[in-house]
Amino acid sequence: MDQFVPAPLFGGDVIHWWTPTNVTLWMAIAVLSIAALFVLGTRGRAVVPTRTQSVAELMYGFIYKMVEDVAGKDAVKFFPYIFTLFLFILFANFLALIPMSFSTTSHLAVTGVMALAVFLTVIIVGFVKHGVGFLKLFWLTSAPPVMRPVLAVLEFILFFARPVSHSVRLFGAIMAGHAVVKVFAGFAQITAAAPLAIVGVTAIYGLEMLVAGIQAYVFTILTCVYLKDALHPHH
Amino acid sequence: MATEPTGGEEAATGLPQLDFSTFPNQIFWLLVTLVVIYLILDRIALPRIASVLAERQGTITNDIAAAEELKMKAAEAEKAYEKALADARAEAQEIAAKARAEIQEDLDAAIAKADAEIAARSAESEKKIAEIREGADAAVVEVAKDTAAALVAALGGTGSAAAIESAVERKTKG
Repeated sequence: MDQFVPAPLFGGDVIHWWTPTNVTLWMAIAVLSIAALFVLGTRGRAVVPTRTQSVAELMYGFIYKMVEDVAGKDAVKFFPYIFTLFLFILFANFLALIPMSFSTTSHLAVTGVMALAVFLTVIIVGFVKHGVGFLKLFWLTSAPPVMRPVLAVLEFILFFARPVSHSVRLFGAIMAGHAVVKVFAGFAQITAAAPLAIVGVTAIYGLEMLVAGIQAYVFTILTCVYLKDALHPHH
Repeated sequence: MATEPTGGEEAATGLPQLDFSTFPNQIFWLLVTLVVIYLILDRIALPRIASVLAERQGTITNDIAAAEELKMKAAEAEKAYEKALADARAEAQEIAAKARAEIQEDLDAAIAKADAEIAARSAESEKKIAEIREGADAAVVEVAKDTAAALVAALGGTGSAAAIESAVERKTKG
């Protein structure tokens, strides 16, 4: 599990809140990669795009459409915010697959902060836009009147479970995947099991590439779904 | 998992993810990262991509409109061509009909002239044939008279020339 341990970059044992660590390094690499794709890649502003610009445009179009379709047209002003989360998770997930790298998204601190940020955004936007009417989110008018108080309690609990599942899903998927690769790699030290273990590592690695993309997608689409509740709390 | 060797002193036991001493550090750098990404996207990348996409959409719309216009022009040109073709065809037909009529007229005139000439010639021929026939009839009568007179003389008969002539005339007319 030492692959998950944050460590200071320039020696020393104490990690202050400002200490540059391997977390800092790999987040910085993610930032540089995103800048390379979205700033250098699009600097031509070509009407007929280059390959790199085309990739940037595809991601833009994909998330833009998702925000518009899932959260509604008035959610488009949150698009830069959602796109930031998506790109950070996507790039962090894929960078984490480089051997010897540090997986920033395999940490509860990181995914938890992002999930909480989404959660707080939903609550703040909901109350700012609808005031007390936002609480109608918990009052299902489509249900029989007798059931409504019970359902309201359930909905309320579910609402607060959201940031937990939202963060644990991402951190769990990435951490588990990396741990499984590590276990298979450990078996590769045993000569008899080595061929199987190497095949296993390769297979799991392929699976992890899938997971890296899917988890970024899932986090983003759930963000859109939650945001829809804030903008249109009436079921 | 506790049996795994751990690198950091702080994470001596349990998951490194649950080592709260590193949380402030991670959260701080995460917030810095997210803010930097947000600024890069919001200030540079997204407006740029949006403008490129809008420009492309505009170009495509313009091109489609231009294509539509060209198509309409082509249709118009085709219509004009069809019309010119029809006009030309009608004119050609008119000219042909006129030529045919003229030829017919000439032909009719020539036929009429030829008919007249033929009629004149055949009349003349008939006249000549009648003359010849008449001449022949006279000659026959003459020869008959001569022959009759000679026969009468040869048979030792006597007869007046006038009686022989009248007898021959009676016989030939009979």
